[in-house]
Amino acid sequence: MCTYETENISLRASGKTAEGWRAMNSATVYFDHPVHFAAGHALMIDIRNKDASASERVALELDPRSARELAETILRTLESVPSDLLGESVV
Amino acid sequence: MSNNVVMAQWPRSRGSCDEMRQCRRSHDRNQAANGERVTHNLKAETITVEGHGGDQIEGYLATPTDVERCGSIVVIHHMPGYDEATKEIARKFAANGYAALIPNLYHREAPGEAPDDAAAVARASGGVPDERLVGDVAGAMAHLKSLSISNDKVACIGYCSGGRQSLLAGCRLPLDAIIDCYGAFASVDSPEGSPVRAVAVVGEVGNLSGPLLGLFGADDQYPSPDQTEILESALKAADKEFDFHTYEGAGHAFFNVDRPSFRPESAMEGWREIFNFLAKTVA
Repeated sequence: MCTYETENISLRASGKTAEGWRAMNSATVYFDHPVHFAAGHALMIDIRNKDASASERVALELDPRSARELAETILRTLESVPSDLLGESVV
Repeated sequence: MSNNVVMAQWPRSRGSCDEMRQCRRSHDRNQAANGERVTHNLKAETITVEGHGGDQIEGYLATPTDVERCGSIVVIHHMPGYDEATKEIARKFAANGYAALIPNLYHREAPGEAPDDAAAVARASGGVPDERLVGDVAGAMAHLKSLSISNDKVACIGYCSGGRQSLLAGCRLPLDAIIDCYGAFASVDSPEGSPVRAVAVVGEVGNLSGPLLGLFGADDQYPSPDQTEILESALKAADKEFDFHTYEGAGHAFFNVDRPSFRPESAMEGWREIFNFLAKTVA
């Protein structure tokens, strides 16, 4: 099935693409057919710089349980970080 | 073993069982519908096609080289993009005596980029607008009709999101045959709030220009068998010719040979239906 369910967010990040490290400014999250992962459907994450070429992309295709564990791990990690470190920002 | 369930409506002008068997034998014997021997010789290449709004977009054209005249088919790729698997489908049509052209629906989003990267951009930006899709299919039709081997008849086929788009094209363009392979959101709208929207096509089937072949999986949820029945009812109400097959034990994307969803038996039955249908409509 094609779910068409898609979420877009803006973000500030760097990602290592096939062409090297790049600044990233957007992410798309959806649950649909993977390109490479050996399943009918997967949780897909595309992190991109919308102003750069399409190939400057970091892509993930995750099985649902892995995706949930990854999300929970990210939140747990952030919660364990001293709050003053979270205030650092990139110029 | 046939694993078809339900829904054979095809068609009021449907050939006899003998004719169907003869057609099947002809295909199995590598003979085109006109009796010529099919050698599977073909030529395949990347070309430029004039699409919607006069835009020059990339396309992949596969043509048989062992026929003087043949029917054609526009192949609409699935949401993951203009990829190698879809090009293989185009070559299969050419090997079996039909000129096939895939317009790269994501060309504008990412010209020259890898299909998966282009698909990611297209998805993030809301998918392909219906009007643009129809214009690109119209351009592909015109290109196919301009070929020296064209018999002036053109079909359209699409898989997954392309199944809905094939049906949409059949409702808005003068196609000689339409094939919908498990197209989601043909009879119901896609979810509210998503940036990628698809509006149901079922309200337009009164304008369907040619006979429709629909191939679906009984385990699919988009489209579910209930959704397929909605489409079937609308086609009946509009007095349109159609032939639907829903395969038990198959879900979405059962034709896709490089995915776990591949169901060889359903795919083989489906391909047989496709070539029988094309032999009757555009050969």
